[in-house]
Amino acid sequence: MIAIVDHGMGNLGSVENMLRRIGADGRRTADPDEIKRADRLVLAGIGAFDGAAARLREIGLMDVLNELVLERRVPVLGVCLGMQLMARTSEEGSHAGLGWLDAEVRRFVFRDGPTLRLPHMGWESIQPVRPSPLFDADDQDLRFYFSHGYHLVCHDPTDVAAVSTYGYEFAAAVHRGNIVGTQFHPEKSHHFGMDVYRRFLRLPGSA
Amino acid sequence: MIPRVVPALLVQDGALVKTTRFADPRYVGDPINAVRIFNDKEADELVLLDIAATRSGRDPDEAMINEVASEAFMPVAYGGGVRDVQTATRLIQLGVEKVIVNSAAVDAPDRVEEIARHLGSSTLVVSIDAKRRDDGAFEVVTRGGTHETGLDVRGHARRVVGLGAGEILLTAVDRDGTRQGYDIDLVRSVSTLVDVPVIACGGAGSLADLEAVVRIGGAAAAAAGSLFVFHGRHLAVLITYPSYEERERLFRRDD
Repeated sequence: MIAIVDHGMGNLGSVENMLRRIGADGRRTADPDEIKRADRLVLAGIGAFDGAAARLREIGLMDVLNELVLERRVPVLGVCLGMQLMARTSEEGSHAGLGWLDAEVRRFVFRDGPTLRLPHMGWESIQPVRPSPLFDADDQDLRFYFSHGYHLVCHDPTDVAAVSTYGYEFAAAVHRGNIVGTQFHPEKSHHFGMDVYRRFLRLPGSA
Repeated sequence: MIPRVVPALLVQDGALVKTTRFADPRYVGDPINAVRIFNDKEADELVLLDIAATRSGRDPDEAMINEVASEAFMPVAYGGGVRDVQTATRLIQLGVEKVIVNSAAVDAPDRVEEIARHLGSSTLVVSIDAKRRDDGAFEVVTRGGTHETGLDVRGHARRVVGLGAGEILLTAVDRDGTRQGYDIDLVRSVSTLVDVPVIACGGAGSLADLEAVVRIGGAAAAAAGSLFVFHGRHLAVLITYPSYEERERLFRRDD
């Protein structure tokens, strides 16, 4: 079972629909015991960083998630805000993130070149920059749906699995051991996104 | 990034319809079937508007929205009867990516601000229906074009961005269903004023119209109804959507 962590801030129905479409058993839950029994975790979400981080603490999930991901090495996929929550801090708020990645979340600022419209909204191509479980070496013309005004800045460049460009290059996907994350929405990116979820299911589990 | 091409689907009492100048809804078919076809064609995004919800004081049809969301592996923006953050949150949890507010942005701006604060600007689309007045200025109309607000479109656009709108869906009421082309002046007057994406709607009759509203109008996305649901001189119902290669050729020319 794949636990779709329900922190009350997200398009979790979309993730559930996608997992069902590819034949996986995804369940929205905020119940720590059910989450502990999951083989895999999806941390999705939209909305504001502080709201989601505060909610995870409030419902007592921070410690549970830390134990599962850092100690038991359960595979986890973070999507959009879910990936950003894996950082230490965010310019969008004052709450601490999960800190699984040595990274921070910053708002798009266009210092050189024209000021682009925000949020960054629409289909964008991405380029894998190193081998990762999410993409195949022969993948070409990868396109995904983005919807965000903030992006992840990784202090360890080896965490970055793929990049995209909006005014400048930013991390489109990350990978570190059992942790993967995408700034884009694979559950809303047609067959491109289905491939990402299928590959997440193949990420070696802890058992 | 190639500008988005967005089918705009209108529903009324569970049926897919298409209006002309916001009137005379013509039955087009079953919304779920249309969503499935656009999904097979890998459309960029869908706009789904329940045109009767606000006028008849109804809440969004959650069963229908849930069914649409489970068939759509592309983002769906839903509008119609979204008046507060509780409703918006429920719809997002059902699986739509964005909520669209229109009348509420005029009648209850504080509630719209609350939606943006709780769900984030990327989740909030404010829809503005514009009518050209005799003096050439554009006026905001609400409640399906039936209520004149006296508000100037540009001032209203600026205000809703201040409330936290992440996108503006801008519809020229006089062009709706006419296939005469977008009102490029209208789109340009707003896209040059705000720094959020503007989705243009109303009047698309050809792919060249989509290109024009992006290139000249400055739209970040081009939405269309009739263009994608009617075919030929006799307007037979046939759902079409340009392929990625066609969209790329259209928008990447001379780039």
